Amino acid sequence: MSSATAQPGFGLFRYAAPAVFYPLAGRLVPWCAGVAIVLALWGLYLGFFVAPTDAQQGEVYRVIFIHVPAAWMAMFLYLVMAFWAGIGLVFNTRLSSMMAQAVAPTGALMAFLALWTGAFWGRPTWGAYWVWDARLTSTLLLLFLYLGFMALQAAIDDPRRADRAGAVLALVGAINVPIIYFSVKWWNTLHQGASIRPSGASMATPMLTAMLVMVFAFWAYAIAVILTRVSVRRRRERAAAALRGPSAGRKGSNP
Amino acid sequence: MKPRSKRLALIIGGLAILGIAAALVLSAFQENLVFFFSPSDIVAKKAPANRAFRVGGLVQPGSVKRDGVQVNFIVTDTVSTVPVSYAGILPDLFREGKGVVAQGALDPQGVFRATQVLAKHDENYMPPEAAHAVEQAEKARKTLRQ
Repeated sequence: MSSATAQPGFGLFRYAAPAVFYPLAGRLVPWCAGVAIVLALWGLYLGFFVAPTDAQQGEVYRVIFIHVPAAWMAMFLYLVMAFWAGIGLVFNTRLSSMMAQAVAPTGALMAFLALWTGAFWGRPTWGAYWVWDARLTSTLLLLFLYLGFMALQAAIDDPRRADRAGAVLALVGAINVPIIYFSVKWWNTLHQGASIRPSGASMATPMLTAMLVMVFAFWAYAIAVILTRVSVRRRRERAAAALRGPSAGRKGSNP
Repeated sequence: MKPRSKRLALIIGGLAILGIAAALVLSAFQENLVFFFSPSDIVAKKAPANRAFRVGGLVQPGSVKRDGVQVNFIVTDTVSTVPVSYAGILPDLFREGKGVVAQGALDPQGVFRATQVLAKHDENYMPPEAAHAVEQAEKARKTLRQ
């Protein structure tokens, strides 16, 4: 964490210093929360009132305005979590590990949302709430990886050891993300292939616009919630440290 | 080597090995990860003979014959076909020319006795007017070719 002074040449490390990070995070949260609310309202309006009915599925396709952003966020947040956990493991920075911890609950929520909305879409379209195809199974595994990461962190009392154990799990589980993404390409799955590809989107423009607005709303929501969670945890740790402050200090100097 | 560079090298090395291991395992299980077999697989005897499996493809246009809850149709992958027989309620998206996945087993006559029929949706999302326009364009293309 002392990297800010130790490596003046490396600008990014400045933000790893809690003294710089927390005020910045505090300023970002209200903006991100505001953007999330505005974009979500706009996106839902576009999705439910402007976007046309789908030729094949009828109205039920409108689940994509929640389902797709949630599924993308679930995959992306796992990579973010693994990234921060890995940084924490390599550089031994507590803040990185706390970021990883703060990402996990939001990631789990997103994975759950994707599975849940998918199930209610699957019943009328496919004829089944759940099938064990590669896409659905690997997404369920993603939810379990998030829950496992949170449980492992909570089960180990020493925060440094908890961070290290969690980081290993997060990094190992990261292999699942490309498997989820490419599952519909590599194997025969019941889940349809990607509609948004580098070559273009096989989706009518008003539908795509509404979906992308919702994606940005989810992004803003995730940033606001994760930064809030980090700040709250830090305040809690500080308060705890202040409570045992004098006695802990005495213990330290007089072993 | 600084301890942090060492840790970084260890993690990158570990992840690389893990990635290779995952790739090998997935390619070894390739066949078992398949959710359904295509009619060509069945004709080529790649599908399991003695147990239930799934067949997937398109419902051949004009092949659906209903008799009460009994439905007979043909699944095609445009190369090979498999006749399917099913008694039950079909999903809303079951349509001629659209994707379908049926679970069941082959009977000795080569008819696939389905216990469950699922509709497979494609990745295209468009309003009905656009779908109609696409249909018209395809029809026009076909008449031009003839």
